Amino acid sequence: MWMIGPLGFGAPWLLLALGVLPLLWLILRAVPPAPIRRRFPGISLLLGLSDDEAQTDRTPWWLLALRLSALAAVIIGFAGPVLNPRVQQASTAPLLIIADGTWADAPVWDARIARIDTLLDEAHRAGRQAALAMLSAPGALPAFVPAATLRQNLPGFTANPWEPNAAVLTAWSDTFDGTFDTFWLSDGLARDSRAPLLAALEQHGTVRVLQSPRMIMALRPLSYEGGAVEISAMRSPTGTATQAQIDAIGLDPAGTERLLASAPLLFDAGQAEAEVSLTLPPELRNRVTRFEITGQRSAAAVLLTDDALARREIALLTSTNSAEGPELLSPLHYLREALSPSADLIEGLLSEMLLANPNVIILADVANIAPDDATALAAWVEAGGMLVRFAGPQLARSDVARQQEDVLLPVRLRNGGRTVGGAMSWGAPKALAAFASDGPFAGLSIPPDITVSAQVLAQPGPELSGRVIAQLTDGTPLVTRKTLGNGQIVLFHVTANAEWSTLPLSGLFVQMLERLAISARPLAVAADGLEGTFWSAQRLLDAQGTLRDADELPPVDGAALATATAGPDLPPGLYAGTDRQLALNAVAPDRAVLAPAAWPSHIAVEGMQAIRTLPLKGMLIAAALVMLMLDLIASMWLAGRLHSQSVAHKQSVAHKAAALIVALMIITPAPGQAQTPDANNDEAAIAATTEVILAHVLTGDARIDETAAAGLLGLSRALYQRTSIEPGRPVGIDIETSELAFFPFLYWPVTASQPLPSSAAYDKLNRYLRSGGMILFDTRDADIGGFGSATPEGRMLQAIARPLAIPALEPLPQDHVLTRAFYLLQAFPGRYNSPEIWVEASAGGQAADGMPFRNLNDGVTPVVIGGNDWAAAWAVEENGTPMFPIGRGMAGERQREIAIRFGINLLMHALTGNYKSDQVHVPALLERLGQ
Amino acid sequence: MSKTGQLRSQAEALAAPLPPLLARAEHLAGSVAMGEHGRRRAGMGDIFWQYRQAQPTDSARRIDWRRSARTDQAYVQEKEWQIAQSVMIWANPAASMRYASTDDLPQKADRAAVLALALTILLIRGGERVGSGTLPPGRGEVQIRRIAGAMAAIEPGDEVKPDTSHMPAHSQAVFISDFLSDIAPIATALHAAAAKGITGTLFQVLDPAEAHFPFKGRTIFESISGDMRHETLKASALRDKYLGRLAARQDQLSQLARQTGWQFHIHQTDAAAAPALRWLYRAMETR
Repeated sequence: MWMIGPLGFGAPWLLLALGVLPLLWLILRAVPPAPIRRRFPGISLLLGLSDDEAQTDRTPWWLLALRLSALAAVIIGFAGPVLNPRVQQASTAPLLIIADGTWADAPVWDARIARIDTLLDEAHRAGRQAALAMLSAPGALPAFVPAATLRQNLPGFTANPWEPNAAVLTAWSDTFDGTFDTFWLSDGLARDSRAPLLAALEQHGTVRVLQSPRMIMALRPLSYEGGAVEISAMRSPTGTATQAQIDAIGLDPAGTERLLASAPLLFDAGQAEAEVSLTLPPELRNRVTRFEITGQRSAAAVLLTDDALARREIALLTSTNSAEGPELLSPLHYLREALSPSADLIEGLLSEMLLANPNVIILADVANIAPDDATALAAWVEAGGMLVRFAGPQLARSDVARQQEDVLLPVRLRNGGRTVGGAMSWGAPKALAAFASDGPFAGLSIPPDITVSAQVLAQPGPELSGRVIAQLTDGTPLVTRKTLGNGQIVLFHVTANAEWSTLPLSGLFVQMLERLAISARPLAVAADGLEGTFWSAQRLLDAQGTLRDADELPPVDGAALATATAGPDLPPGLYAGTDRQLALNAVAPDRAVLAPAAWPSHIAVEGMQAIRTLPLKGMLIAAALVMLMLDLIASMWLAGRLHSQSVAHKQSVAHKAAALIVALMIITPAPGQAQTPDANNDEAAIAATTEVILAHVLTGDARIDETAAAGLLGLSRALYQRTSIEPGRPVGIDIETSELAFFPFLYWPVTASQPLPSSAAYDKLNRYLRSGGMILFDTRDADIGGFGSATPEGRMLQAIARPLAIPALEPLPQDHVLTRAFYLLQAFPGRYNSPEIWVEASAGGQAADGMPFRNLNDGVTPVVIGGNDWAAAWAVEENGTPMFPIGRGMAGERQREIAIRFGINLLMHALTGNYKSDQVHVPALLERLGQ
Repeated sequence: MSKTGQLRSQAEALAAPLPPLLARAEHLAGSVAMGEHGRRRAGMGDIFWQYRQAQPTDSARRIDWRRSARTDQAYVQEKEWQIAQSVMIWANPAASMRYASTDDLPQKADRAAVLALALTILLIRGGERVGSGTLPPGRGEVQIRRIAGAMAAIEPGDEVKPDTSHMPAHSQAVFISDFLSDIAPIATALHAAAAKGITGTLFQVLDPAEAHFPFKGRTIFESISGDMRHETLKASALRDKYLGRLAARQDQLSQLARQTGWQFHIHQTDAAAAPALRWLYRAMETR
């Protein structure tokens, strides 16, 4: 390859063809552009005219330059130019290729393999031997073999979900021998082990490094604070603000894995850490098995959760009412204090607790349990529940489990309790005996200041010794336990408060609860107890962050697990012990920061941008094509073929261009206009809900809408003056777009020409009617036809009302509440006075004694239908004068007054419902009160 | 097919463009209000012109007694001299007239024929006698149709000169052409007409392309018939020279018209036809 600066040529001899360009210049220059033939009647005026500009028969110089540069681009393009070509190293020493092979490599592992493949290929062509090693699992130094044979092994060369161990690497580097060059594919993270290894490698030959700058993210161990799961993440390098997403993944009740929740993870610019807080309901949180950063295919972006996250639900129940005593005397106080940091507590009735299916039920000094509850409780224990009971004065006084063993108590109890060390008894308070080494409390140290001054005693029996798991120094049982079905029942023979013993005041109490798996603690707290235990891997993480079933791995030591550092012997994943699970994550908890690896300046580091070889052939040929097209256009322009010949033609071209521009502008949406209704929505909603607002449906007929608005304005003013309803200014609403829920009352003038509402609007209307809205349909045709007659408005009303959820109707009965909701009315005129007004049919009440009304308590009619054109009767101008004449003379004014009274009654009915109907019972109520 | 049949079909084909042409000409003529077409002096006619005192040479029959009874003088009523004029219209039928620079514009021949026919219609309605080419002056609807037929005739050549031999002496003439071909035959014809006492109008119809010469680049110009051609390497360089020649030609025509007492007018086909017709009509009227 022949190089000029950073530019290399694959076929440099082709560049000699550039020499013919000057010759082409001379040839092309002499060829004038082709003429156009034109018919022209004025030719006789042209005859005899000569061209005085002789140079126009030559191609202009800039056109020539364009053509020649196009040709030059073609020649140079075919000469195969490459920007920054990868230059072969002329070394024959064996090549050692090492890759970090950690979780940080995993997302780009395919690219790593491809690069190794290329390296091996180059080594093969150079006849070099090669060896391949991965720092996360170095093993023995591999022998150098011909490069081609290594390429076959590449598919099995996979990254590991842990980071290299410094000590192992040091030992490994001591085994280096001979001279070799090294190519190091770095994962990009700074590590203490890098510098010594680099020094060791440089003693044997040159070292080249490949390190691509890219974002690496890792999740830290989670913490649980104040009901929220806190997850923090690190990144390297710190750059601009980045957003990622954290997914909580777990099993749904059917057992399939699902995304349970997700939250955005925001790295601020320049910040290496980000935190996200997830608040999940306990039922959901207990199902979470892992957290993931979406789209990061790396083990570090997966955070496995074990029992640490699963908060147990514990139900607490006591017999005494704690609300009346001091808090510290409450039997539940110390339990709450001990359990609430790590568990969710439920308190309430026993039957309600069982419905919640808690992990543990604690009964503090509860003696008698109702038989039904006892049966249910026993069934719950047999199904795997854990029942913990504490003794107390109630249990000591009762006769529970005295004659025979109670199902819900582990042992028979002797009558009464015993008190030691009190004022009325001999002997000193008893201390706790050491825990048995095979019991659940084995290894717990007993503070010397714990004393027991009172307890309930177990009836001695053959099975008693097997059930005691903690006892006092005098051998009396302190804690007894028995299994029932799959569950167990534990009895503390002392109270849960400090009344009988100081045990609840000590840390031992909490540890005992924890050992009984009543409360579960995070891993860090439990780590000291892991020594000597063995854990078997259940599911393991691979470097890409995928969980796989574990192979036959030997059980690992709990002590190793306690270090929480993954390695070849301890791959990250879920480990199961006897009664709990532990998660080991890829990122060690003590890994504080992620930092980009820095290399000494004498090491050649290839970043992605440095090794980017750019073949220029395609670009040059494309440029040549573009130039040739420009040449075409320029030639046409020179030959006059681009020019229109008349003014008219120019105008038409201009029109077409303008039309095209206008069309493009039409295609572009106008976002500003689309946004405006949303912006007004809140304001309109607030305005509509701060006051009572009467609303009318806009029909599209301007005159009718105006009348309806004026009518509701008149009615609103009448309401304001005469009643305690103080409505705001009425509004017109569009059924399709407006929210109806804000309005207690809709006036709907029916016109023959209005469009039918859409199905979405019908949904809205039906919801409105169901939720207590009222619509007054006014066909405004009572002067020419009765209800249901075939006026156009009547037919339109039928069409509108067909999909509406309107109940059965009846003509307004004389005892309807509308006749007395505010005024006593017997007629309901508007501009016309037709008696036919239809309301919801009442459900056949009975006539009350001595009352003119039936007992009709329920139901506000959702619709009132008539044709009296009430809006016209109510309508007023802005200055309050009536808008339309009603009837004639004083009789007409009287009719207007009655119409307004009907409107007031209607609004009263809409707003107060059947309140006036209830007034029927007032005499009866007064009569009863009098007795 | 019989001979008359052939003739008939040829005539039909010939007459096919006539109805639309006639219709357009009628339409155009309708835009011009019919004015008084008297001779503006006393003479033979029906329309009252003026009273003058009776001279002894006047016969007693000519005295207007009703007017004379009001005074002591005797008056004679004079009538306006009304006489039918003969107008010969010549629209250049040469191939060079069949040219339109864009599709939006009418051909020059088309515009010339429409103007000529519209003028014919106006004049015949005004009571004049109109002829065209070899067609002697006549009046009536039949004459309009005949002239329309004559307008549809097509000559293959680029140059056709007006023939004055058929024109009656002391008649009026209208020459409609682009006047772009050799000017000598036109000058000859004009002088011959002037010698016969014929006055008239030179009406030049030009396409906008001919008036502005918007061409560029290497071009070979050909005449419509293809007889003549002229090649240029840079058409835009010829523009000024061409326009100069065109202006010189128009100047020549204008001078020729002034010498012979004719009028000269230039019309472009991208302008409306109605103003041109009004100009033509008024030019006829002012004679």
